[in-house]
Amino acid sequence: MPPAIEASALSKTYPGPVVALAGVELTIARGTIFALLGPNGAGKSTTVRVLCTLTRPDRGSAQVAGVDVLADPVSARRVIGVVGQKHGADLEATGRENLVLQGEFYGIVGRGLKQRVEESLDRFGLAAAADRQAKTYSGGMQRRLDIAMGLLHRPRVLFLDEPTTGLDPEARVALWREIERLAAEERMTILLTTHYMDEADRLASELAIIDRGQIVARGAPEQLKSELQGDGIQIELAESENANAGAALARLDGIREVELDGRTLRARARDGGAAIPSVLATLERHGIKATAVTVARPSLDDVYLRHAGRAFQAEQPELEEASA
Amino acid sequence: MTPLRQTWQVYLRGARTLRRQPAYLGMTIVQPLIWLLMFGALFRAVSRIPGFHGSYVDFLTPGVVMMLAVFSAGWTGMGFVEDINAGVMDRMLASPVWRGALNAGTVAYGAFTVVIQTVLIVLLALGLGADFRGGVVGVLVLILAAALLGAIFASLSNCIGLLARQRESVIGAVTFVQLPLTFLSAALMQPSLLPGWIRAAARFNPVNWAVEAARSAAMQRADWGLVAGRVGLLVALLLLAALLATRAFAAYQRSL
Repeated sequence: MPPAIEASALSKTYPGPVVALAGVELTIARGTIFALLGPNGAGKSTTVRVLCTLTRPDRGSAQVAGVDVLADPVSARRVIGVVGQKHGADLEATGRENLVLQGEFYGIVGRGLKQRVEESLDRFGLAAAADRQAKTYSGGMQRRLDIAMGLLHRPRVLFLDEPTTGLDPEARVALWREIERLAAEERMTILLTTHYMDEADRLASELAIIDRGQIVARGAPEQLKSELQGDGIQIELAESENANAGAALARLDGIREVELDGRTLRARARDGGAAIPSVLATLERHGIKATAVTVARPSLDDVYLRHAGRAFQAEQPELEEASA
Repeated sequence: MTPLRQTWQVYLRGARTLRRQPAYLGMTIVQPLIWLLMFGALFRAVSRIPGFHGSYVDFLTPGVVMMLAVFSAGWTGMGFVEDINAGVMDRMLASPVWRGALNAGTVAYGAFTVVIQTVLIVLLALGLGADFRGGVVGVLVLILAAALLGAIFASLSNCIGLLARQRESVIGAVTFVQLPLTFLSAALMQPSLLPGWIRAAARFNPVNWAVEAARSAAMQRADWGLVAGRVGLLVALLLLAALLATRAFAAYQRSL
């Protein structure tokens, strides 16, 4: 059986020129939740748009569920479900009307359609609101409707483009549960894009970090974290003019990957807790004051920092990824 | 079958929106009445110009119908602009729906609005004493010509909406073409009283084709050869416009 998604050497440049994709390679096994992680403008959404036949790459090839999306986009559309970043539902229409129209678009008609719509409304907790206009729904309900629409034709691969952006924390967690349930019950492949580390960490069995149009790392979250080998130590310095602080630390036994970023000093140690006394002693010997010290198990933020070469939060001015 | 079903479903979506927005529905109904009354009053004196034959209400009715058809169907592309902004368009285009249905359904809805408005104008004109010499058949031809003209402009409007993706562009296009197309035709003035260059330009103006077909069939002793010719031109232009709009989806997707 071919993988659920296979993309090779996807490149795309927008007029400007803005390089959106610079040779994306992606293989996603069937039945997994795969997260594509990266900041705005990294190429997540462009990758998804190519894979779901909305746009064509300048170069490269892509197959979804064994169908070549460039050669045969119409067949590809039948086997994929797409839940976009923005609301795909027509907010003027009711939940039921949205689902019916969606079914018709996939050639599902008559009693079969009616039955599927009812099932779908029940399943996503929208039965009571089925005949209300979608604009009266809460954010979480609208998102559930979007997903119900994306799943109505029982696709083999589901694309979720930043599914929880704009949701309150409660609705976010509820949606995570829903996605986990989907993956477990339907044995469907889900490609999810996100710029939330915790989302990828919780949901994905495998993830790829995309940065500036290229996949810079991929693997299971745990595997990527364990590759970092050790804990992260973060020290906030009282003053920023401490060029030699890093050099002093780097000479310590068991301390690696020392980086100074303004007043923040980051390093790795196999056992972070045990390393702290000698780290603080060294800093003191050099007359450097630390205002705060934290030790953390490796997180996906660290993985990102390592592969993209900069911290996830401190992004450069965001490139508008949505072109519309 | 499927393309037709899908067209019908897309049409229903538009029709539901109209039903749910009473203010919009009200405007759709009131607008034609105001236009006919206003133009009728404003240009009443036209019928006293030497060389003008017949009653001005008789003359004006097909003209106002066609002017309104362009105006009201011209906004159709706004729906696509809103769908694009809301993410609805991308969701539809990621489905295997026939692109032609997305255009044809909204165009059918635009043409349906025009038909309602035309019927209202005809009723009002009857109230004002217009003489529809072509009878029921003539009025049906008038409605057909208006629907075709509306469909042409609905399709072109969709095209602009998909390519420009901005409300302003659709508004600009409608306001830019409406008056020139109306004045470069026999909509408001008898052809023999038009300057030569306008008469020449009118030959290439779809608004004029529709006005001539409707006026001949509904208000005069019908010249069926002329009616068939003009309706044929409208059908041909509609097919071209629909083809353009359907292809505009591909252009839109290229820009994604």
